[in-house]
Amino acid sequence: MRLIERLLPHGTNYDFIRYRLFAFGVTAVLIIGSLTSIAVKGFNFGIDFAGGILIEAQTTDGPANLHAMRNSLGELNLGEISLQEFGKTGRDVMIRVQRQDGAEKAQMDALVKVKETLGAGYSYRRVEIVGPKVGGELVRDGVLAVALSLLAIALYVWFRFEWQFGVGALISTFHDVITTFGLFSITGLEFNLTTVAAILTIAGYSVNDTVVEYDRVRENLRKYKSMSLYDLLNLAVNETLARTILTVSTVFVTVLALLFFGGEVLRGFSIAMLWGLIIGTYSSVYVAMPMLVYFNLRTGKERAADEQAEAEANQAP
Amino acid sequence: MSHFPLWKIVVVALATLLGVTFAAPNLLTREQADHLPSWLQPVSLGLDLQGGSYLLLEVDTGYVVREQLSALVESVRTLLRKEKLKYADLGAKGDQVIVRIIDAEDRDKAKDLLRKLDPDAALEARDDGSMVLKYSVEAVKRRKLSAIEQSLEIVRRRIDELGTREPSIQRQGEDRIVVQLPGVKDPDRIKALLGKTAKLTFHMLDDSTSPEEALKGRVPPGSMVLPSAEQGRGMPENYVVRKRVDVGGDMLVDSKATYSDGRPVVSFRFNAAGAKKFGDTTRESSGKFLAIVLDDKVISAPRINEPILGGSGIISGSFTVAQAQDLSLLLRAGALPAPLQVLEERTVGPDLGADSIRAGTVASLLGLALVIVLMVTIYGTLGLLADMSLMLNLLLLLASLSFLGATLTLPGIAGIVLTMGMAVDANVLIYERMREEQRNGRTIMSAMQAGYDRAFGTIFDAHVTTLVAGALLFQFGSGPVRGFAVTLTLGLLASLFTAVLVNRMLVFSWVKWRRLKTLPLS
Repeated sequence: MRLIERLLPHGTNYDFIRYRLFAFGVTAVLIIGSLTSIAVKGFNFGIDFAGGILIEAQTTDGPANLHAMRNSLGELNLGEISLQEFGKTGRDVMIRVQRQDGAEKAQMDALVKVKETLGAGYSYRRVEIVGPKVGGELVRDGVLAVALSLLAIALYVWFRFEWQFGVGALISTFHDVITTFGLFSITGLEFNLTTVAAILTIAGYSVNDTVVEYDRVRENLRKYKSMSLYDLLNLAVNETLARTILTVSTVFVTVLALLFFGGEVLRGFSIAMLWGLIIGTYSSVYVAMPMLVYFNLRTGKERAADEQAEAEANQAP
Repeated sequence: MSHFPLWKIVVVALATLLGVTFAAPNLLTREQADHLPSWLQPVSLGLDLQGGSYLLLEVDTGYVVREQLSALVESVRTLLRKEKLKYADLGAKGDQVIVRIIDAEDRDKAKDLLRKLDPDAALEARDDGSMVLKYSVEAVKRRKLSAIEQSLEIVRRRIDELGTREPSIQRQGEDRIVVQLPGVKDPDRIKALLGKTAKLTFHMLDDSTSPEEALKGRVPPGSMVLPSAEQGRGMPENYVVRKRVDVGGDMLVDSKATYSDGRPVVSFRFNAAGAKKFGDTTRESSGKFLAIVLDDKVISAPRINEPILGGSGIISGSFTVAQAQDLSLLLRAGALPAPLQVLEERTVGPDLGADSIRAGTVASLLGLALVIVLMVTIYGTLGLLADMSLMLNLLLLLASLSFLGATLTLPGIAGIVLTMGMAVDANVLIYERMREEQRNGRTIMSAMQAGYDRAFGTIFDAHVTTLVAGALLFQFGSGPVRGFAVTLTLGLLASLFTAVLVNRMLVFSWVKWRRLKTLPLS
């Protein structure tokens, strides 16, 4: 037997759709959990959205003394200041200063104070200041981009398929987006501009996956006129299973490369992508597909046959 | 090769050739690339990769409008005084200037004069003798626009004076200016320079009262109290100066930092009109004090000992050398029509940029290697052919980024890495389809045909949906995130070409060459 046969199964006949109620339960838990966390805990917004100052400082010699830094910066009365050590040498410190009250000028003044207080002995590898005005605009643009892309994707699927598929793609993509938001809320990972990029990419990827399976459903609808919808959906998932496994693997290894070697700046993005890959694949099989069972894809006699087959399948042990 | 029309072969060959040509400069060093023509350059790196500073500035257009109104107030005052018309309650209120003409018989004349004062300002005469001047919406808009364009020019001149390498200064939206300064490690000096309007004016001191008196609220009409630029050091804290500007900094032609009596000073030279005005002022007011005012602060107020006729002079305050240099730079570059505000700043040091390039390169190469190995492991030679299409995809991506002058950012590199994973998906779809068709009993040619044809619809739909996300990201994203949208979009477009068309040619040629009877897929 060739390697490909062992690695990529074909002619499988797993009953994916059977577990749909269980899957709907999982989906509901994921969504409710995400929404609850978003409502209760909210996000750890980075300065892109919240405004404020971010400084990546490196001591010129010796490891950084976080305690001393924290004390001297704390005396500035700039509100919440967080210091975080990272990297291997112990010389890199990420300093985050909350947005200052007042206009844009206040942010600049705060930066000058921080630099003066730290004094010599540090080099600044990265300095970012976002004033309240820009922060607000970035939030608006981010929300708009995510909402519009969901809508545009759904419209395209509707245009290429039937409306049922459009709704299915919209809901499953929405599911991926909400749970990714949830991941960021629950873990407290910093939510910034690259997170929005990750979410849009996840939306694109997830729909990509859904479209591949929907395409097969559509083809099978024409091919097997008398097959029950239940079996037909299962067949489509099984037929695309090898492709799903291989594509997930290739994207998975590239995302792993990004996660482990892409550096500090891309960490949040890579984590989001990894999550999106898993959740996107799950939702294509267990959100987008089973939903079609409840939509009226066929009419009359065929539907009766569908219902009967489904009932039989449910009775089977 | 009966399967492929000649034009397809030509297109693929041409694309490959162009890809190699436009991607090639990326192998050169910066110095070598400088010798190449502008259309054949390596991809430009974003500030997050090469290090540098990004500043988003906003022009305070409200200030311009207020200035315009107070200038109108002053010209109304001058006009009415000259014509000896009695008036009261002159001032700016909201977006209009109001004045009341006291004598009823003067009103018609005043109305006539005021109407001619400024063609952009519409006049409304009220029954109680009030005259209301208001600028039209277009006039205000025009004023704002010219202020923004002028600001852009002044910002450009100031930054050019600093000699920064390849700065980019662009207008963004209504009233914003994006300044990108590659290689700038510490933008504090630049921010300080851009934060000053540098409006230089010369006023006569009002010696009819003292600053202490004036501060108690008894400011003579037509005068104002201004603080001293340098507090302490034996200088008075405030000055009372006439509002009238005797000579403005807009008439300066040159300015230099120099020394006088061993102390740093700033020398300046007026143009012909300015020189004449300055000469007249200093002749008429010999023995009086002339206040040199920068951004509403008095730098110094020397006594005029003799008329200054040559049109040049020096400003001596208590400057350090750096301050004198900055001031002369600001005077040379000209005054901003309105204050600028820094809304956003992002600065990346060159060493972090270098680290990011290294990290991005390692991640890309590793990702590529993993994908290649995975594909070969699963599909053997067919996997290798898919890998070749992928390499061509990356080549075309790099070439189009270079050709379009797009900017490569760190998220952009992430986009490339993701493209690799997603581009092979098209080949996976095709191969899996062929495998299936072959199992269903088709011959090799028919299975291959069906594989490409049937998979194409799926590939197309899947690409379009991701492209939609990419396009919106480009539209609404900013800075580095935009770089991500660009690479993702270009990579996907390239993959439609390489993973489908090019791969198809490779696979068919290989099958013919090896005279295969079945595809090694099952």
